[in-house]
Amino acid sequence: MSNVAPVSDGSQDLRVIRVVVNGETHTGMAESRTLLSDFLRHELGLTGTHVGCEQGVCGSCTVLVDGELCRSCLTFAAQVEGSRIETVEGIADGDELHPIQRAFQDNHGLQCGFCTPGMLITTRALIESNPDPSEAEIREHLSGNVCRCTGYAGIVAAVQQAAREIASADGGGA
Amino acid sequence: MPAAAGAVGMKPAAFRYVAPADIDEAVAVLAEHGGDAKVLAGGQSLIPLMNMRMSRPTALVDVCRIASLSGVSANGGLTIGAATRQASVAASPLVADAWPVLTEALSHVGHPATRSRGTFGGSIAHADPSAEIPAVLLALGGEVVAKGPGGERVIPADDLFIAHFTTDLAEDEVLTEVRLPRREPGVVSVFSEVVRRRGDFALVGVVAVAQMDDDKRVRSSRIVLFGVGEVPFRASGVEDLIRGQQLDDSIVAEAARHAAQEIDPIPDVQGSVEYRRELAADRVGLALRQLTTQEGVPA
Repeated sequence: MSNVAPVSDGSQDLRVIRVVVNGETHTGMAESRTLLSDFLRHELGLTGTHVGCEQGVCGSCTVLVDGELCRSCLTFAAQVEGSRIETVEGIADGDELHPIQRAFQDNHGLQCGFCTPGMLITTRALIESNPDPSEAEIREHLSGNVCRCTGYAGIVAAVQQAAREIASADGGGA
Repeated sequence: MPAAAGAVGMKPAAFRYVAPADIDEAVAVLAEHGGDAKVLAGGQSLIPLMNMRMSRPTALVDVCRIASLSGVSANGGLTIGAATRQASVAASPLVADAWPVLTEALSHVGHPATRSRGTFGGSIAHADPSAEIPAVLLALGGEVVAKGPGGERVIPADDLFIAHFTTDLAEDEVLTEVRLPRREPGVVSVFSEVVRRRGDFALVGVVAVAQMDDDKRVRSSRIVLFGVGEVPFRASGVEDLIRGQQLDDSIVAEAARHAAQEIDPIPDVQGSVEYRRELAADRVGLALRQLTTQEGVPA
């Protein structure tokens, strides 16, 4: 495919992209055609966001842009200039796992781990908008995230546990 | 190995990115590129095509920073800005009140992470024949507004969809808003589709909208099937068949058979012609039965 691509070293088309990732301001260079997923991984060195299908089907590369779910392989870096981005690197508190991460560990919600960054981000968005999701709501919300290892049962159990723990930590049921 | 800066590792072909502040500038950039530029809205259909280099525009005109293209307002009917995110339309109480069938349909469009980026107008302009939003627009008898170098024009949904991924929009026109009519008293509507997995494009779907008389006869209807051909398809034979009728079992069965014969499905790996005809019959039957159980807004 690359032999039919227009020859471009990108030099005419480089722009500075400034984004806030996990609370920290980052700047980097991107061509118009640089995908957000590649910008995060190659330019900012944030390789926690995984790139699976690169056509918006698998959900591995899901991040939050200004609080909204976003497939970073279906977004150009130029489109999110000035935005707040949250990636999987921002979920844990230092070495302390986030309750969502702990729940995935406890419930065998991952095996190879490739889909996990997208699963964690998507779960976080779900619990923020719906603190007590039903199993059907969990399955619907995660329907755009593909996992080839677990069969999803462990993932659903993990989301349920995470929702319970976050609700009780917030004093929800107290 | 991480790719070095430059062309290595780039999925889409190079293009010029422009994010104009208003519609006139967007139209000017499109005109300047003479048909090789494309409008970029949410990008949820366009960017996969570009990643696979099935689409190679020389410029993308990002309309998402044009504030006037976003928002939902009620004025008897509904006006929806073309760049309004699908998730915003799905969450709009104005939409849920005016046309609950649209709210229902939107829950079947892709996934949360695509609806939060994908736009309402973008799906219409993309015109995938298996997509939900174009079918709803056609079934509701809506219209769209397009702006080009010569000014604005209104295109009724009935004239909009020309062929596979092809609309009446010119290459230098920007879709600016979508207008849906007011829901008249007695109007009921149903959405139903068959998909292999949640969020997939439909194998076959139906949007049925009917105005019922006081004695439960169909005064008029718009029955639209999608996933059954080149464009969302108005089953006018079914509409003629049920006009003036009560939707009893025998009429519903006849209409379902008629729908199956009226369409001209394209066979693919997802389903044969025969299978799609069977699904169309099944969904039209289901939709017509469900119409009889609904209450329209009172007169």
